[in-house]
Amino acid sequence: MIEFVLNQTKIQTELPAGTAMLDFIRKHQQLTGSKLVCKEGECGACSVLVGSHSDDGMIYQSMTSCIMPLINAHGKHIVTIEGLNMEQLTPVQQAMTDQYGTQCGYCTPGFVVSLSGYLLSGGKPQIEGIIAAIDGNICRCTGYKSIERAAADICKRVLPDMSEMSIDSLVSAGYIPRYFQEIDALIKDINPITHHPKAPRTVGGGTDLYVQRPKQMYEAVIQGVYSIPAMNQISIEGDECTFGAACTMGDLYRSTVFQEAVPDADYMFKLLSSTQIRNMATIGGNLVNASPIGDFTIILLALDADLILRLGDHTRQVALKDFYKEYKVTDLQENELVEQIKFKATRDRSHFHFEKVSQRKYFDIASVNLASQIEIEDGIIKEAHLAIGGVGPIPMYLHQVRASIIGKEMNGSTMELAIQKLQEEISPISDARGSSDYKRLLARQLLIAQFLAIDPVICDHHQIMAL
Amino acid sequence: MTQNPKPRKKKHSLNIDAPLHVTGRTIYLDDMPELGGTLYAKVYYSPYAHASITSIDYSEARQQPGIIDIIDHSRIPGENQIGGIIPDEPLLAVDELHFIGMPILIIVSTDELNAHKASQLIKLEVEEKEVIVDVEEAYRRRSFLSAPIHFSLGDAEHAFTDCAHVFEGSASSGGQEHVYLEPQGAYAIPQQQGMKIFSSTQGPTAVQHTVAKVLGWSMNLIEVDVNRIGGGFGGKEDQASPWAAMAALAAHICQRPVKLILERGEDLQMTGKRHPYQSHYKIGLDTSGKIIAFEARYLQNGGAAADLSPAVLQRTLFHSTNSYYIPHVRISAYSCRTNLPPNTAFRGFGGPQGMYVMEAALDHAATALDIEVHDIQRKNLLYESAEFPYGQLAEACAAQHCWDEAVESYDLSGSMKKIEDYNAAHQWSKKGLSLMPICFGISFTNTMMNQARALVHVYHDGSVGISTGAVEMGQGVSSKMIQVAAGCFGLPHEHIKLESTNTTRVANTSPSAASATADLNGKALQDACSQIIHRLQDLLRDQWSLTEADELQIDNASAYVAGTDHLMSWQELVTLAFQQRVNLSAKGHYATPTIHFNKETSKGIPFAYHVYGTAITTCTVDCLRGNYELDKVQIVHDFGSSMNRAVDLGQIEGGLAQGIGWMTMEELIYNDKGQLKSGNLANYKIPDIYSVPKEVQVQYLNTPGAELAINKSKAVGEPPLMYGIGAYFAIHQAIKRFNPQAVIPYSAPMTTEKVLLALYSKRDSE
Ligand SMILES: Cc1cc2nc3c(=O)[nH]c(=O)nc-3n(C[C@H](O)[C@H](O)[C@H](O)COP(=O)(O)OP(=O)(O)OC[C@H]3O[C@@H](n4cnc5c(N)ncnc54)[C@H](O)[C@@H]3O)c2cc1C
Repeated sequence: MIEFVLNQTKIQTELPAGTAMLDFIRKHQQLTGSKLVCKEGECGACSVLVGSHSDDGMIYQSMTSCIMPLINAHGKHIVTIEGLNMEQLTPVQQAMTDQYGTQCGYCTPGFVVSLSGYLLSGGKPQIEGIIAAIDGNICRCTGYKSIERAAADICKRVLPDMSEMSIDSLVSAGYIPRYFQEIDALIKDINPITHHPKAPRTVGGGTDLYVQRPKQMYEAVIQGVYSIPAMNQISIEGDECTFGAACTMGDLYRSTVFQEAVPDADYMFKLLSSTQIRNMATIGGNLVNASPIGDFTIILLALDADLILRLGDHTRQVALKDFYKEYKVTDLQENELVEQIKFKATRDRSHFHFEKVSQRKYFDIASVNLASQIEIEDGIIKEAHLAIGGVGPIPMYLHQVRASIIGKEMNGSTMELAIQKLQEEISPISDARGSSDYKRLLARQLLIAQFLAIDPVICDHHQIMAL
Repeated sequence: MTQNPKPRKKKHSLNIDAPLHVTGRTIYLDDMPELGGTLYAKVYYSPYAHASITSIDYSEARQQPGIIDIIDHSRIPGENQIGGIIPDEPLLAVDELHFIGMPILIIVSTDELNAHKASQLIKLEVEEKEVIVDVEEAYRRRSFLSAPIHFSLGDAEHAFTDCAHVFEGSASSGGQEHVYLEPQGAYAIPQQQGMKIFSSTQGPTAVQHTVAKVLGWSMNLIEVDVNRIGGGFGGKEDQASPWAAMAALAAHICQRPVKLILERGEDLQMTGKRHPYQSHYKIGLDTSGKIIAFEARYLQNGGAAADLSPAVLQRTLFHSTNSYYIPHVRISAYSCRTNLPPNTAFRGFGGPQGMYVMEAALDHAATALDIEVHDIQRKNLLYESAEFPYGQLAEACAAQHCWDEAVESYDLSGSMKKIEDYNAAHQWSKKGLSLMPICFGISFTNTMMNQARALVHVYHDGSVGISTGAVEMGQGVSSKMIQVAAGCFGLPHEHIKLESTNTTRVANTSPSAASATADLNGKALQDACSQIIHRLQDLLRDQWSLTEADELQIDNASAYVAGTDHLMSWQELVTLAFQQRVNLSAKGHYATPTIHFNKETSKGIPFAYHVYGTAITTCTVDCLRGNYELDKVQIVHDFGSSMNRAVDLGQIEGGLAQGIGWMTMEELIYNDKGQLKSGNLANYKIPDIYSVPKEVQVQYLNTPGAELAINKSKAVGEPPLMYGIGAYFAIHQAIKRFNPQAVIPYSAPMTTEKVLLALYSKRDSE
């Protein structure tokens, strides 16, 4: 049985664990404010807030309910637009109204939920932060300008009002309904869900499964990993950073441990899908779905990560670069779990860099992505790990490029050599993400970009035009 | 003597729907409580772009639990025909399949999952036929959906011989998916007599007519009701009808309520989009840069059936010279039949495709002559009484006014200097700038459609209910209608309730389209309101024994005569009128005067007026990676006298973003089997909050407005989309700053792929 609180109501349901949360909300609870638009997490019109108990009280994150399995709600507080409504408009609702941030209105509840999530997660009065909270919400009518004005209103008028962003202070300011204060106590009592270790299907965030095979998921026997403690921790010991495969991209983004291990990587997370998807998508799911273009997979390849796999009581370790066999085929055995991921912190020892280009700059799957970790001592490349996606059947660790540049000076001719090896090593095909010629060119450019990130004068554009 | 009540504060920017939207209380089709026994319909569609059916077996599917019926074309009691302009499109395929997504069967089920399972069990066997996706191939084969259209002005043929410079080339623009967030759908409920249909449509009457035809009933048996829709953009002008017809057919056969709402993927596969165009142009200029002659041939990829293509085709020609006066024009347009879903209306309705070609021709000329394109643009802008290729003369022409105002108030030369400095200082990043003037004609080009009706009831407690043929889809027409009625009655808007759009209250509506919805319906509404006001005035003149000279006012929720102590509240007035048995309801009607168009000669006055504007777009291209950002778009727009500035601003900003999407990232990819490769929102990207210009400035040009516009507030729905074309040319400019030798075909959208390939392109000769 799955138990959670939906707005103010305690829910206990025997519905299949794979039921999509949006269907539950709309069809079983008749709460129609959350809209069904794409069923792919691509638009945010179905956004809900998911509250979890923590030692510091409730923590709220926005998620797209259309691809969220019911099982991932167990023990949580799910907030829909209806759960935010009060007698008067909330300040977020008022700002959206005052600034004409709505036209056809279909996307509006999702925007209001995401913006409210920013308040509830202790958001600061910084416009960039507020805008980032709605980076997964698509509007087809407004061109976003009026929504930006609403965000500016919230930034100027609402947030500075608040000395601290606690549930209590939000309630007493009249920004959220009073019942929010009682939720923590309500969900604390919910027992953890019992796991079926032999369930044929492991589900992380579901952001891949529900897009690829939505219909099968309703009836599938599944096990969730959100609530397995060992799979949700992040730690660092000496230089070794270990984290659970159920950690989401959002968890790592917010983790001070991860920030310590890979400093200055904020720009990278901004290039990964959207706030809602980052809050759902697990790293384990990113690795196991084996997409040749998975961003975190490419990042972890360049971090030269190792995986800890578990089957029952048996665990084993494999290097991520040996994990992919062929298109969508991994080393994973039936029912085996990716439990943890380990890598050596880059800190200031090496240059870590991530590049991604997609049709839409943000919130899109890459045409080509590239990550690199390069260690330089006295101008000589001591160690290098480079990985690239979108140019072959699997996420590629660039063995040949690596071999060609280790021991070489960090200069333009080494870069040219790397480019040459890269072109030999990759084999892009034409598809919806671009022609093979384009991907070849783009791969080259991203490699150059990563050299430029280390040494901004390693080459000039005449040199590149002449290549 | 009593004081006259204080004048009501003029509310410029009512947004009646916002409080409902922000709380999630707005009721769209899929939010309506379902009646007991409601069934769900799912469409089984052709997986082949061109084939003949040899056999179809759905007996196993029929056995699936929950399946109530599976309906094919033979069960249609009326006509199996949904073509709006030309009857060339069956509702359900008979034996020929013409595009992937062509409906074949309707699966009716007690739940959606079983309908899906059943669809997997259907066995379709076909003989595949040759698939044509390429519009030029269709043209070569003379495979047309309708007769070609030709416009001409002056004598282009001879004029070219006098031109100092002549340039020829080709330009192509891609299609565009509407991505209305609310998918297509309908809910049909059998009635004691007839059928009631709730539909997500821009055209309730189109739905009513189509359903009646398919069921073989008269129109009065079909009631269509639209509360509002979650976006349309033209995609629900004509193409909302088939889903309603299928729901109604299933409801009729099963005698139960049937709901049919497409899933996003189904919607993307089955419905038509903005037409892709492949065009050829020839432009001739004199030594001073004046355009003397223009010739063009537009090939429109219409898809497998005519739908609205002939009308879209015509508007391409209406707007082919955009905002310029060209004395000699000869242009032809061909609607070509291919094996794609029938393409349809989309904001701009063919106009943007024509304007894009014009701008490409100008860019071509400027590049070849090595002069700034905006010098040519400015020199050729329309002026008062200049003749359009279709014979209408530019009236209250604001083309130059908008341009000059933009250049001056946004300091074009300063911006250009800044861009030059930036480009000199950055080797991997370049900025580009473009100017995009627009001119867009307002009215349905099919003159007959320029009519509307409205129904107004004043209830005897003084409250007012209004109905029009307008469908609210985000464009703010409901706010504008309430403003119109509130203005007529002199009441605060809270007294007015706008009813749903319903064919039994307002019949024979034109679709909410062509930017003309507020004009047409607003004027019909004014007519209805003023009939009631006149009756009330007559009553008061009688009651107060007024003479003609007495100035009787009904305003500020009261009636009074200036300089006397005659005063009555609105409430008292209505009570009196009711007691005196005055008719407190009225039906209004409006038909746009003066317009006409002769299809034979391609001449006339098709438009009530034109809307003008100019946009300056600045962008920054990342020359290492090929992606780009739009820094700002600065617009001067001719709103006339805007009756709702916030709503109108929203149309500018939203239209601009949609135009930018069309010109930059939105790419429909079909393979040569006619399969849509960008058939989901993971692969078809529309602008997100980071892709729109960082800054959008809009200046309201001070013009008196047009008499034929509602309250002189000009139509604003479609015109701003064309500002988006500026983004395409700004990116062009930036690429040339990085690589002056760049080969950049005129091929929209300007995706990151095309940008990167252009940045590093080399001319063949090198
Ligand atoms: C709108 C949207 C945007 C996206 N954007 C991006 C993007 O920018 N970059 C990107 O890389 N990806 C993107 N994705 C893809 C997807 O979100 C990621 O790949 C994500 O990391 C998958 O994780 P998940 O937990 O949701 O996977 P799930 O869907 O839950 O699972 C995926 C697969 O992994 C298996 N699995 C999950 N966890 C484990 C485990 N611990 N051990 C063994 N097997 C496991 C599942 O059985 C399943 O086969 C996007 C997806 C969506 C819907």
